[in-house]
Amino acid sequence: MSTLVEPFTYEFFRNAIIVAVLAGALCGLVGTYVVLRGMSYIGHGLSHAIFGGAVVGAALSINFYVAAGVSGLLAALLIQRIARRRTIGADAAIGVVTIAAFAVGLVIISKGGTFRQNFEAVLFGNVLGVTLGDVLVVVGVAVFCVVVVALRYRQLLFTAFDPEVAEVSGVRTAWMDALLAMVLAATIAATMNVVGVTLIAGMLVIPPVIARLLTDSFSRMLWISVATGAACGLVGTYLSYFLDWASGPAIVLTAAAVFTVAFLISEVRGRRLPDSAMADPID
Amino acid sequence: MAEDLVRLDGVTCRYDRDPVLVDIDLAIPEGEFIGIVGPSGSGKTTLLRAVAGAVRPAGGAVTRAPRATIGYVPQVETVNWYFPVTVREAVLMARVEGRVTPWHTRDERREADEVLERLGLAGLGGRHIRELSGGQQQRVFIARAMIRQPRLLLLDEPTSGVDVRTRHDVMHVIHELHHDGLAIVLTTHDLNGIAAHLPRLVCLNREVIAVGRPEDVITPEVLERTYGAPLEVLQHGGMPVVVEHYPEIEEAATGVAAHGREHHEHPG
Repeated sequence: MSTLVEPFTYEFFRNAIIVAVLAGALCGLVGTYVVLRGMSYIGHGLSHAIFGGAVVGAALSINFYVAAGVSGLLAALLIQRIARRRTIGADAAIGVVTIAAFAVGLVIISKGGTFRQNFEAVLFGNVLGVTLGDVLVVVGVAVFCVVVVALRYRQLLFTAFDPEVAEVSGVRTAWMDALLAMVLAATIAATMNVVGVTLIAGMLVIPPVIARLLTDSFSRMLWISVATGAACGLVGTYLSYFLDWASGPAIVLTAAAVFTVAFLISEVRGRRLPDSAMADPID
Repeated sequence: MAEDLVRLDGVTCRYDRDPVLVDIDLAIPEGEFIGIVGPSGSGKTTLLRAVAGAVRPAGGAVTRAPRATIGYVPQVETVNWYFPVTVREAVLMARVEGRVTPWHTRDERREADEVLERLGLAGLGGRHIRELSGGQQQRVFIARAMIRQPRLLLLDEPTSGVDVRTRHDVMHVIHELHHDGLAIVLTTHDLNGIAAHLPRLVCLNREVIAVGRPEDVITPEVLERTYGAPLEVLQHGGMPVVVEHYPEIEEAATGVAAHGREHHEHPG
């Protein structure tokens, strides 16, 4: 028992647990909208764009979180703008914008540009190395995202489900898109140190998908996704301490394991998502 | 004289550079019931969207009466049936004005249940929208529009892809709403089953070809201009009935029948 409690005697672990739980919950919250809007790939893409922006920020001596957040927001808005051209499509827009931004970062690094963040930590996550400042950033972003979602819950839901009718009903859907881009960029920038650039898309996608397997209600899906993300953050961080794994992979693998269990349960219950998605409505 | 809820004056709409609607003049008075007919790609949905305010005209003006709340019911084919949303959630998501709380109040839930009951969906609030029949699904989206207490209800092909009985049920609900004073504008491809029974029709093919009572506009001349093909119109009980001919199929069917008779008369 004392072995299990031992990590909590260290301040760095307590910080890590706080950040990982908040990051998991945050990804679960924002990821629900991302997944339901069919934008799963945007999390992966934006994390790369944010990496590029962070490197540019380092070269210009701009704060990591400011550079990461601004570059993520700009990339998300640019993707939305390009995707409006129906001949291009969102997936291609994500590919163009985010990989180009990532390439900019790599060029600067290859030219010997300074990047004060631990390169490996940014790529793969190092929750055990977070500082009190990182904790405060994640707390701040979490509060911001919760407030935004709480105040615009119905508008965000309506826009995700039926943007055309939402617009007719008085919802400013373009503003909702921008708001979601803002929340998503802030989430990725703040949690990048926890799960890393390469794995953050997993935490944005897996908890909502687990929740979707377990419920047909949006409000319940949101709660289950947040709780699952937080639990995976907690368990994954614990595992990374004892198994000496990088925190990002440990958290994502925990989420993948939960997904496997949820999928098997839903199979047994006959509620496998692809089946329900493919089936015709009852006549 | 009923007040015009929406008025279109010389409205032109384009997608990219292609004109979809050209110089449309149309008034929708309070309590009116209008059907819009026309071939695929004639601009029916765009016209509804222009009335609703979802499309900004490239030319002309759309004038809406103050406080003329509009309810919009899209084609059910456009609905994402994978989306995790219960019937009550689908209805209440349209309550967006002046609300800041993410949860629904007791009054809102009661209001949603009342609308659902009015549309024959009592007790289905907790069901996922995919778990309903075609007619019930259509009524959920009418309920979502009704929760906003509109004065004008726009329905885009409310009976497409449903069987005759479901079509009857849906039209019965729509007629009841009209009877209660709601102005209705719907699009349809069904000339005999729906359009011929409506008080007023708009025949559309990028421009307004004709406006009037079904007996005045369902004529061979107007239909040929609207659909670009000759259509026969008969009168049945004082109502126009459009007769569709498929010469190749009829010829083939006649040939098969003749061959069958021949075969029957000369076995072996």
